[in-house]
Amino acid sequence: MNFSEVFKLSNQLSRFSPNGKFLASCVQYRLVVRDVSTLQILQLYTCLDQIQYLEWSADSLFILCAMYKRGLVQVWSLEQPEWHCKIDEGSAGLVASCWSPDGRHILNTTEFHLRITVWSLCTKSVSYIKYPKACQQGITFTKDGRYMALAERRDCKDYISLFVCSDWQLLRHFDTDTQDLAGIEWAPNGCVLAAWDSCLEYKVLLYSLDGRLLSTYSAYEWSLGIKTIAWSPSSQFLAIGSYDEKVRILNHVTWKMITEFGHTATINNPKIVIYKEMEKSQNLEMENLPFPPTKAAASSLFNTESKYEVVSSPVSLQTLKPVTDRPNPKIGVGILAFSPDNCFLATRNDNIPNAVWIWDVQKLKLFVVLEHLAAVRSFQWNPQQARLAVCTGRSQVYLWSPAGCVSVQVPAEGTC
Amino acid sequence: MGDWKTITVPIPSSESKNISQFTSETNMSPSSLYSQQVLCPSLPLAKSVHSFFRAFCTEENVDQSISYLDQELTTLGFPSLCEESKGKEVKRDLNIVAVLNCIHELLVLHRKNLLAQENVETQNLKLGSDMDHLQNCYSKLKEQLETSRREMIGLQERDRQLQGKNRNLHQLLKNEKDEVQKLQNIIASRATQYNHDMKRKEREYNKLKERLHQLVMNKKDKKTAMDILNYVGRADGKRGAWRTGKTEARNEDEMYKVLLNDYEQRQKQILLENAELKKVLQQMKKEMISLLAPQKQKPKEKAEDSPGAVQSDVEEDTSELSKENMWELSCETVREQLTNSIRKQWRILKSHVEKLDNQVSKVHLGGFKDEEVISRQDHEQETEKLELEIQQCKEMIQTQQQLLQQQFTTACDDDTSSLLQDCYLLEEKERLEEEWALFKEQKKNFEKERRSFTEAAIRLGLERKAFEEDRAGWLKQQFLNMTSFDNKNSESAFSGSSDQDNLTLYSKPGQKFYSVSSESSLCTSKLTKSLPVSPSTSELFQTIHHLSTNSRVLNVTTEDTKPNQVGRECTTQRWSMASRSDSQEGGCSGSRSLACTDSSIEHRDGLP
Repeated sequence: MNFSEVFKLSNQLSRFSPNGKFLASCVQYRLVVRDVSTLQILQLYTCLDQIQYLEWSADSLFILCAMYKRGLVQVWSLEQPEWHCKIDEGSAGLVASCWSPDGRHILNTTEFHLRITVWSLCTKSVSYIKYPKACQQGITFTKDGRYMALAERRDCKDYISLFVCSDWQLLRHFDTDTQDLAGIEWAPNGCVLAAWDSCLEYKVLLYSLDGRLLSTYSAYEWSLGIKTIAWSPSSQFLAIGSYDEKVRILNHVTWKMITEFGHTATINNPKIVIYKEMEKSQNLEMENLPFPPTKAAASSLFNTESKYEVVSSPVSLQTLKPVTDRPNPKIGVGILAFSPDNCFLATRNDNIPNAVWIWDVQKLKLFVVLEHLAAVRSFQWNPQQARLAVCTGRSQVYLWSPAGCVSVQVPAEGTC
Repeated sequence: MGDWKTITVPIPSSESKNISQFTSETNMSPSSLYSQQVLCPSLPLAKSVHSFFRAFCTEENVDQSISYLDQELTTLGFPSLCEESKGKEVKRDLNIVAVLNCIHELLVLHRKNLLAQENVETQNLKLGSDMDHLQNCYSKLKEQLETSRREMIGLQERDRQLQGKNRNLHQLLKNEKDEVQKLQNIIASRATQYNHDMKRKEREYNKLKERLHQLVMNKKDKKTAMDILNYVGRADGKRGAWRTGKTEARNEDEMYKVLLNDYEQRQKQILLENAELKKVLQQMKKEMISLLAPQKQKPKEKAEDSPGAVQSDVEEDTSELSKENMWELSCETVREQLTNSIRKQWRILKSHVEKLDNQVSKVHLGGFKDEEVISRQDHEQETEKLELEIQQCKEMIQTQQQLLQQQFTTACDDDTSSLLQDCYLLEEKERLEEEWALFKEQKKNFEKERRSFTEAAIRLGLERKAFEEDRAGWLKQQFLNMTSFDNKNSESAFSGSSDQDNLTLYSKPGQKFYSVSSESSLCTSKLTKSLPVSPSTSELFQTIHHLSTNSRVLNVTTEDTKPNQVGRECTTQRWSMASRSDSQEGGCSGSRSLACTDSSIEHRDGLP
């Protein structure tokens, strides 16, 4: 695996363009656009303040840079570097900003979620959407970019509004039977909208595109409920991860649970492959250590190399006992991701933080467990094939594919 | 008065009173004796006999005693002791016979009585022991009864205790359940309370937000603005449209279209799946029927209605199949029929498999006596082998399919394939033409050679003629000379001459027919004439015969060398024949071999 040289980055803001040709990264108040193949700097833009959020437009022609402190959004064009656009929310403040799917409108959420302002780059017109809900995932666009669903709250009741993105016409507006709507998400086929309640109540509501309620699902009551949900790429399955350390899969025909995946601390089944990260023992030659120790030497001392080893069952994984009297306990399935070919589902159980569980969706069984030395921070699937990249905060990046898994040392001074 | 008395009679004084009651005469001893007899059964006789005699009968009261005894005996039923007396005389004479009989009868009676006594005594003993035994049993049973009663009481106690515990546990469970319910209620009430509070706070918050919003909107500061260099075109390049009722309707329509498309796709997929599943089910049904049908022939002794049921099922199913093939609709009834029939078949199959399992288990128990049933290991091994074979066959099939596909794909493209074919044909044509030219050249060469050979052969023939004439003349001379000279000399001369001949002849490789006479030319002419048809072996042998006879006629002594030569001739002749025949069959290749063997024979190769 080849690594490039190290580039400066601030705020962990680095994005690939949707067409895969450019890489945009932020350094303080500068926006650097590089070519992906050569990593040469193509464009350099300067913003007015430290950039807090960066997003490419869907057609890879524009980049949005949001500065929340100043309430500013600046838009840059790749085709015409001299083109500039600055949106100032003024005293309304800025909390969040995002592109519309056609790449010509910018949706700014003002402070205290007072309203969402829709700025148009084509017509310089402004539209306002009142009462947006401040929740985990309040805005969601369909995959084809035609419709937008927005969670609203009015008079202590939750509503969902469906807009047509082409002309921002309100298509449907209906209330949801939730206590406190936590998030909404479109299915990849754009015909079903999943809405789920906050963790105080386990409830998932499924709405059709025209606003009809298709089904409700609730696994249990009183205990803490849903933590995260994910749609499968074919819209066949809806995976719901909850605080009881289980993932429940609903099918798209009956919207009933077809199976539930439990995340136990010990794995007994011998058919499951368990990769355990082991440290490669380093031979430290005490005599040859330079003094004062150089950065590289120091980092190499502390960032020991590691490799995966296949461990036979039964295996007991390292668990973390969560503090029970604090809110938002670190327990339950917190991250869910389907692979793009719909074959695998990767999950993380927050009280077994070192392990990534990979489930075979075709057989609905546990397939592989990856156990690491440090807690897993995040993982992502390759957008085109079934390959998972995991990072745990050490100086390695871990890659898993059905053929095997590998731990790659990132030649860097810091940690990833 | 002896032992008799002492045992039974308590007071001797009372005897007399008793006696006077019983007997008519006042006699002490006999009557008392008699009463003793009646009263006590077990009486020893031994010592008391003599004393008894004295006691009962003394010399004085003989007659009295006689009469007494007689009276007693007659009353007992014995015959009279005394003789029949005439008149009433006091003294009676004893009838000794009667007395003896009486005594004997008395003894017998006594013995009987003793026996009876013994029996009674033994019975008494037995009864006594039985009594003891029964008493023992009784006491034991009483003890047992006591213990079992005690046990029962103990168990009852335990039962009571356990029931008490059970009740306690039930109570605890109920309490826990009640507590859980209470807690749930508490949670519910708290949740509603929290919700209410949250809503109250939210309303306050909303009010603040509204106020803030108003302030923000009212300010209308210039800061809230967009500073853009120039407008950007729309993503799809079209102009923006006004929002009218039409656009709204259009949006609605599009939304419904999207939904409908999705539903249609899903329905298609589901229909396909359904069709597949139905096919699979029908196949399964057919296979199950086929599995069960031949099996049913074997276990005939089993339930008779099951084969009947199977047959009827088969008939039903075939009719159903035909129906289904005709309709292929997903009606409820058809579906139900299919599933029901499959369930029936599955049940029958299951029962059959169970029977087989039982058989197998019996076989295992019986120790592999039944030869028809294969042992499980062999069965498994065979299945493994079969699976391997199947895998191999599958792989082969796959590779073959791939190859076929490749061929087809390469052959698919018509133009290129035809072009390629044309190219190949051209190549071949050119090659063939080249070869043809070669052949023609070779043919010409062969013709030339042949001509030269024929000329040479003709010359040779002429020379030979001359030579033969010379030779004949010389031989005649020699023969004439031989009559005068010895044989030995002629041998050496002949051998030398023949050797010389051989040498001269072998120096000319093409000319091998040295010992041919004029007839040989005839032979060759024969051969040449018969060329279109290969000369038969008979002709060959004829020529050889001619040669050999010639040689014999000409030179007797040089037999040893000549046969070799003849043999060599023959072989070479044969070789040439063979080669010619080959050439006539084979074509081009033979011509080359002919070139070296050709001599005086003309060749016309049948070149194509």
